[in-house]
Amino acid sequence: MTRRTWIGWQFVAPFLAVFALVFLAPIVYSVYLSLYRTRLIGGTSFVGAENYTKALHDPQFWSAVGRVSLFMVVQVPIMLLLALLIALAIDSGRLYGAAFFRISIFLPYAVPAVVATLMWGFIYGDRFGLVGNINDYFGVHLPDPLAPDLVLASIGNIVTWEFVGYNMLILYSALRVVDTSLYEAAAIDGAGQWRIIRAIKLPALRGPLLITTMFSIIGSFQMFTEPVVLKTIAPNAILTYFAPNYYAWQLSFGGQQYNYSATVAVVMGLITMLVAYLVQARAVRKAG
Amino acid sequence: MRMRMTRRRALLGAAMSITLLAAGCGSSDDSTDEAPAATTVSDADVEAALQAGGNLTVWAWEPTLTKVVAQFQTKYPKVKVNLVNAGSGNDQYTALQNAVKAGTGVPDLAQIEYFALPQFSLSKAVTDLSAYGAKALDGTFSPGPWTSVHSGEKIYGLPMDSGPMALFYNKEVFDKYKIAVPTTWEEYATAAEKLHTANPKSYITSDSGDAGFTTSMIWQAGGRPYKVEGTDVTVNFDDEGTKKWTGLWQGLVDKKLLAPTPGWSDAWYKGLGDGTIASLVIGAWMPPNLESGVKAASGKWRVAPMPQWAAGEKVTAENGGSSLAVTEASQAKTLAYGFLKYATVGDGAQIRTDEGAFPATTAQLTADAFKNKEFPYLGGQKANEVLSEAATQVATGWSYLPFQVYANSVFNDSVGKAYTGGSTLQDGLKAWQEASTKYGQEQGFTIK
Amino acid sequence: MVAAPTIRPAARRQPLPKKRRQAQPRNKTLTVVTALMVAYTLLPLAWLLISATKTQEGLLDSFGLWFADDFALFDNIGRVFTYQDGIYPRWLLNTVFYVVAGAGGATLLSTLAGYGLSKFAFRGRRAVFAVILGAVAVPPTALAVPTFLLFAKMGITDSPWAVIIPTLMAPFSLYLMWTFSNEAVPNEILESARVDGAGEFRIFFKLALPLLAPGTVTALLFNVVMTWNNLFLPLIMLKDRHLYPITLGIYTWNQQSQTVGGDVVFNLVITGSLLAVIPLIAAFLLLQRYWQSGLAAGSVKQ
Repeated sequence: MTRRTWIGWQFVAPFLAVFALVFLAPIVYSVYLSLYRTRLIGGTSFVGAENYTKALHDPQFWSAVGRVSLFMVVQVPIMLLLALLIALAIDSGRLYGAAFFRISIFLPYAVPAVVATLMWGFIYGDRFGLVGNINDYFGVHLPDPLAPDLVLASIGNIVTWEFVGYNMLILYSALRVVDTSLYEAAAIDGAGQWRIIRAIKLPALRGPLLITTMFSIIGSFQMFTEPVVLKTIAPNAILTYFAPNYYAWQLSFGGQQYNYSATVAVVMGLITMLVAYLVQARAVRKAG
Repeated sequence: MRMRMTRRRALLGAAMSITLLAAGCGSSDDSTDEAPAATTVSDADVEAALQAGGNLTVWAWEPTLTKVVAQFQTKYPKVKVNLVNAGSGNDQYTALQNAVKAGTGVPDLAQIEYFALPQFSLSKAVTDLSAYGAKALDGTFSPGPWTSVHSGEKIYGLPMDSGPMALFYNKEVFDKYKIAVPTTWEEYATAAEKLHTANPKSYITSDSGDAGFTTSMIWQAGGRPYKVEGTDVTVNFDDEGTKKWTGLWQGLVDKKLLAPTPGWSDAWYKGLGDGTIASLVIGAWMPPNLESGVKAASGKWRVAPMPQWAAGEKVTAENGGSSLAVTEASQAKTLAYGFLKYATVGDGAQIRTDEGAFPATTAQLTADAFKNKEFPYLGGQKANEVLSEAATQVATGWSYLPFQVYANSVFNDSVGKAYTGGSTLQDGLKAWQEASTKYGQEQGFTIK
Repeated sequence: MVAAPTIRPAARRQPLPKKRRQAQPRNKTLTVVTALMVAYTLLPLAWLLISATKTQEGLLDSFGLWFADDFALFDNIGRVFTYQDGIYPRWLLNTVFYVVAGAGGATLLSTLAGYGLSKFAFRGRRAVFAVILGAVAVPPTALAVPTFLLFAKMGITDSPWAVIIPTLMAPFSLYLMWTFSNEAVPNEILESARVDGAGEFRIFFKLALPLLAPGTVTALLFNVVMTWNNLFLPLIMLKDRHLYPITLGIYTWNQQSQTVGGDVVFNLVITGSLLAVIPLIAAFLLLQRYWQSGLAAGSVKQ
């Protein structure tokens, strides 16, 4: 080991130590748990891959995976597109009060997810919440946002609300470092705003967009707080297998199925890694 | 020093090998003042333990216990009771299961609702109290809760409170629409329709699928879907009693006569306050919740006996209610039992009743002071007359599953569809039965 | 998984952004459209603010986006601070402590590690990054039980450690600090310091750390948000309510409405939530200058 290597490891070691304790050890322990089965009657026994076989044939698990996949395919693009448009609008320099817009749109990020979900839960109330108020005042009948077929969209709205500003700021910050002489050169060539966006700004955003996409995808797959909080006001729309992470949590806490819960967590981690990898690989190939 | 040793060892374990965890080398931080008792403990032993003193940790969310603990410590100054609110209901059960599994941090006593007690007794998380003389308490408690803490001959906790069901109704709304207080379910259904027709914003009650409420209603109707003998379990929602209830309730659901407001939400409290939810069939512990959460309707609510399936009958069921149990992991079981007795049958029973809890002890239930207490919130009504009578009318022979906590947690996955229009109650219950059966089999029960 | 990013040199950021921006004509349509977005983001916050002025009864009786008859904001604030023997200020202090220790520690660890990964081309570097990103994909709430059991064996459940140690882990910060180190700390400076005979850690603290400041502040702020909003791990780990962070405390107040004999205090839940959000928003506003430049520098190009 060279001296440089040794010093490098010294800088990284504290982080890795915590990482080992907080992430690796529980993951390894989960993998270990997933190979066993503990029953209320009959105790613990080694079952090998049986839990994995069960997960592969568990319709509830796959329904949960399907739901978050749908969520990912619809919500993530909408949120990132909104974030991109706002970032471009603010960066364009054509807004009145751009600084106010920037910070206002970012503010929801500072609201704890629990509080955010409670607030939106109130607004969604079709009898006493704002939706109910609107129904009363205008004599209309809006569909119940917490009905089983709409609740996923309603969660999408909450998540978008929470994170659109955060993503916008990352994209906006990247636009700020674009060399302005490029714009001047483009302007001299007679390029319009749209041309500048397409030729200069969007390429500059490729990296940040990839990062925000990756984090959003991981976030979608890990959907948890929103269903937990909404369960009390929408008990029939949020099933215990609403999202994989929530399902794993229910299995271990409601049902004491620690082993199977660990299995679901491991499988879900693998799926998330796979999807994140595919997205990244695709993005790199496109760029290349 | 000991703490540091433990941490070092575990850090090593985390970094080097995970087998240490698997081996389950538990260490307990509790002070050990006695060996777990296998033989019978006499009242004198319990009293001696109380005098000798020690430390107890109690997990409970029941607010009136605070005062009980204070008084207890005055009486037994050498005992230090650490009362911890480890979350309500499922949050606490989760914590308790985790602590038991980890083998550390288990309290000496824990509040456990009746429906959840079989699960903890089966997994040996709580201890059999018959060795401590709990059998001698026969007759001290009203029959409903007393049966609920039994598993065969064994007693796994002492009743803290009880929830015999009654009809709480908003008299102002009932009077306004000239609705007589229903005494039978048939009248109740008629009243539901009359109210909702008179004011489309008002509903007789709210229900969006609640496992505790549903099982209690089936209990009153005579259904006995669960049969448990040791590890032999039967789940069957196809009996007469269940069908009686689903027949009635399906009609209300179909005609949209039930407010689709989930219980205990802000919208629910609001509905109880503004008269759009005009009645509740619920446990006798409800008055303090109305007083605290529905201040706007003070003076408007009253209590009446639970509607009956046939005119003239007097049958109720239990809804909710909790026991206090001694954990198997406790290192001070005799002392813990001493506190348990104080809190449930000793001075604590009266203290808690005075604080507003609905007692499970016959002495408190039949006391004149209790029965004659006027509730200003209920317009000065002597509500306990109705409620303590309900406590004597609880139907017998009901039992919960030894995995009811799980079953209840997945209730809305299946029965919930009946409320959103995708299914019927009877079909939903059948699906719930299948889910419960499947879980039971996976957990090693014999399902018959 | 992500290829090592390259960063546009900081030096090129300077030229005249102000002038360019002033040169653009303002556009009303664009402003109005963006304002709609602001309305969307601020509406729920307005609800929170307005609701905090209502009593428990007013909350249930009045229109959500307008004030009730009685203005009870100061009453509510007073009650939040005195309710249950004044436990709220205790929770507030706990949270501040967890944030200082957890977010502060996380920022320190990730700054060290990010710098180390950036400036020392040691063997195993790529493997470290791959493993960390891979682990991020595993849902942490699903790891809650194993983590609990692990901590129970260590005897640190129901102690501040159980809250602090998990929050020391901040993969996004590591990523940010790595890319930031690449950009903000020129290798030439380090080389000349080494030639002068300075030790590596001395170089880091004296030379690199000041250069890394904007990135560190950014990472710190995001870690603060994470720690401040932490709920489910404390929920599992802590039993002693005197150790609760503020989110967990508010959660238990909310749960009281679902408890037999529980005191229903939606008004305190809402006012307590508002008070818990304000310090974070204030921190973001006050430190805006820092984190914006930090984020800008952290943005990457493939």
